[in-house]
Amino acid sequence: MRTTAPFLILAVLTLAGGIAAMTLRRLVHCALALTVSFAGLAALYLNLGAEFAGLAQLLVYVGAIAILIVFAILLTRGGDDKAEPSFSPAGPAGVVLALAVFAVLAWAVETSGIAHPAALPAVPSAPMRSIGIVLMQRYVLPLEVIALMLTAAMIGAVILALREKRPEQNQGSAQ
Amino acid sequence: MNPLAICLLVSALLFAVGLAGALTRRSAILVLAGIELMLNAANLNFIAFWRFGPHPEALTGIVFVIFAIAVAAAEAAVGLALILAIYRHARTSDVSEITEMKG
Amino acid sequence: MTQNAAPAAWILRYLWLIPALPILAAGLCALLPKTQRRLSATLSIGSMTVSLILAVRALVHAIAQPAVQVVTFPWMQFGSQWIALGWLLDPLAAVMLVMVTFVGLLIFIYSLGYMAHDDNFTRFFCFLSLFAGAMLGVVIANSLLLLFMCWEVVGLTSYLLIGFWFHRPAAASAAKKAFIVTRVGDLGLLLGMVWLYAQAGTLLFYNHGAGCLEQSAVAAMGAHLTTAGMAVSTAIGLLIFSGAVGKSGQVPLHVWLPDAMEGPTPVSALIHAATMVAAGVYLMARVYPLLDHATLAVIAWVGAITAVFAACIAVAQNDIKRILAYSTVSQLGYMMLGLGVGGVAVGIFHLITHAFFKSLLFLGAGSVIHGCTEEQDIRNMGGLRRFMPITFVTYAAAMLALCGFPLFAGFWSKDAILEHAHAWSPSLGPYYLGAIGALLTAFYMTRQVFYVFFGPQRVPEATAEPVESPRPPERCVIVHPHESPSVMTIPLSILAVFAVFLGFVGTPAWPWFQSFLSATPPGFNMHAFMEPGLIALMIDSSLLVFAGLIFGWWFYGRKPIVRATDPDALERRIPPVFHALADRLYVDEIYGFTVIALTRFLSAFSAWLDRRIFGGVVNLISWLITGLGWFDSGIDRFVVNGGFDLGCRELGAGGRLIASLQNGRVQNYLRVIAGALVVLAALLLWGHRG
Repeated sequence: MRTTAPFLILAVLTLAGGIAAMTLRRLVHCALALTVSFAGLAALYLNLGAEFAGLAQLLVYVGAIAILIVFAILLTRGGDDKAEPSFSPAGPAGVVLALAVFAVLAWAVETSGIAHPAALPAVPSAPMRSIGIVLMQRYVLPLEVIALMLTAAMIGAVILALREKRPEQNQGSAQ
Repeated sequence: MNPLAICLLVSALLFAVGLAGALTRRSAILVLAGIELMLNAANLNFIAFWRFGPHPEALTGIVFVIFAIAVAAAEAAVGLALILAIYRHARTSDVSEITEMKG
Repeated sequence: MTQNAAPAAWILRYLWLIPALPILAAGLCALLPKTQRRLSATLSIGSMTVSLILAVRALVHAIAQPAVQVVTFPWMQFGSQWIALGWLLDPLAAVMLVMVTFVGLLIFIYSLGYMAHDDNFTRFFCFLSLFAGAMLGVVIANSLLLLFMCWEVVGLTSYLLIGFWFHRPAAASAAKKAFIVTRVGDLGLLLGMVWLYAQAGTLLFYNHGAGCLEQSAVAAMGAHLTTAGMAVSTAIGLLIFSGAVGKSGQVPLHVWLPDAMEGPTPVSALIHAATMVAAGVYLMARVYPLLDHATLAVIAWVGAITAVFAACIAVAQNDIKRILAYSTVSQLGYMMLGLGVGGVAVGIFHLITHAFFKSLLFLGAGSVIHGCTEEQDIRNMGGLRRFMPITFVTYAAAMLALCGFPLFAGFWSKDAILEHAHAWSPSLGPYYLGAIGALLTAFYMTRQVFYVFFGPQRVPEATAEPVESPRPPERCVIVHPHESPSVMTIPLSILAVFAVFLGFVGTPAWPWFQSFLSATPPGFNMHAFMEPGLIALMIDSSLLVFAGLIFGWWFYGRKPIVRATDPDALERRIPPVFHALADRLYVDEIYGFTVIALTRFLSAFSAWLDRRIFGGVVNLISWLITGLGWFDSGIDRFVVNGGFDLGCRELGAGGRLIASLQNGRVQNYLRVIAGALVVLAALLLWGHRG
């Protein structure tokens, strides 16, 4: 299949990054591996023909979320502490559960009919214009809601991250 | 194995990896990372179904992924702010030690 | 009420008053306080006097109408059957009534003097009256059941009176012994009574042809054979005789009578000489129609053996009352012998005469004892005829009557017995035994008279201070023996007259008594003496009496007995025999070895059984229950409580376990959600694959 080889490479990259992100000890390393994983996913989107989605992924995830995670790591000094164990005591249970979930999902995939379709469709086109039109016409309400939500999230995040500073500042100024 | 199935399996695997990390890592930030991975795996699923499923011209999958990314971003921001707040309160970002919701 | 065809004589209708009045007097005396002595004595003696008058009236009526007359009334019903009771009046009952009331009245009067110093005067008269009433009830009872009831009351009063001074252990145990030994006999009587009821269907003696002693019933019982081949009437007769053996002191149930001398002397005179012990003879006379030859033979032999046995023992006794007691046993044997060989008249004649002279002897002995400050050992008496002339004369008269001295009362009655024994077809054994007994009777009575009334005075002189006597509460200061007051000597004199002259109603020349009892007209016939062998027999018995008197004088009268501690004259000659006789031929000891030992063993065994077996069972049950209690408490502690505690703990643990799910760790929640997701998806897929 023409999507196979690059697709598989990218898939492996993504997965490796994901596994690395979840298993490395130092948090900064995890964050960087996570970034690699996000990038791999963006490449996968591009491979599958969803250009806008891929680029949006890069912009948002790699450019924002990954940086945010790194900032959070910095601010919580998670990377400095090496003494504490990084895996919780019930670690193996979690792995087992995850494997069970994968097994179930794989089973679902295998047993459903969609895994073996009759014919593969051609590569679809997703021009920006179409996406814009769809967003503005059909999905305008979710768009507005998303905007509202993002605003609220921003405000909330700021408030959450902000509130603790003021008493410290007051205490600092009082001393 | 058709490409859809491969895509789905990959996403399933990614989901499992993310879940494993979310369930096993003690750092709250890494739990959030795992959640982000799971969301990404779902996004991959959507793109795969858009690509290989019926009516790709409706662009449903892409739109969904766009919204999902937006939501994920908001959620990551809020979540990390929460972690910061908790860290300031409890001096630790270890999920095993934050048990005030117990009982 | 069923009555005779003739216009019912009021004496017959009111015959029941004769026993009822003394019983009523007894009841009233029981309610009186101890201080009312005169009132209680008046009640008793008054009721006895009225009963005597009524009895004499009844005798007159019976002389006029010798046939049996009865009055019966239904008493108790069970099922469809009625038990009837009633009274009868016939010559036998009439003479017994007169004898009991007359002798009883005299003894009551005597007791006024004898018990004058006793604290329990009223109780004494209460018991005496009760006894008199019950004895009169025995006499007139027409039903064996009523007779038995009165018989039992007689036994009860005997017990009460023997043990009158109950705080003396000898008296208490003598009373107990009397009651228990007569009980053994009464058991046979009860069995006989029940059997008789079963056979004849009625216990009424005479009931216009339907009574159990009347012809039809007796014939039926005679024909009916028991499993042992004995006729039923014989068996019943023997059982009833066993009651008489107990009550009348025949061998082997005679052992209570000598010990009964622990009671006051009037009691000994009335109960154990004249009346109660005669009740057994009277019972056999009453049921005489039921007795056939076999039973009569048994009665005769038992009587003869008793007569000789008791006479032998009497020879070696030293207590004045004991001698008289054994003499009574011996004479009762004679009565039974007479009943067995000669019939009702012969036995009852001796009973009547014996009542008079024996009670006289006892009352005289009481007078002697009273006058010697309660001394009862004849070796400590002597020469009393100088101090107590009236007592001596009356005592001598009675003694001669008892021996059967010619022309005294006892002579005629004892002679009648010996004459019938001589003519008895089955055997001459009883005759010889009776003859030996007569000899011994004369011998021991002479011995007693010489010890007591003749010879030097051996009575220990009392000191000036009051003597605390063993018999309470005689505290007279006596310096030398003295005659008794007239309230005691007058009855003695009256009885003496009867002892001498009563026999003349029963001589062969004028057998009024025998004819009266057999309801044939008597005739005066001097030629009755000419019957072959009669004069010879009379001479033989007289010679026996003289021989006994001479032997007695030879041993005890020729050489005065100087000191109380001198050995007995007979004892010097045949010491082993004398000692055996003095020890009462060891009958009590035999009983002690056998019956008493058996009873002791059984009681020890029962006690062991009770302690070990039943007690063990009870203990076992209590242990079981205790163990059960422990077990229950263990269950309660470990199973119930423990289980409950365990449940609570487990519940707590389960709760803690479940609470651990809510440990506030978000990752745990995530894990649970993941697990739930897996399960749910698996379920859906599984359901969907088909």
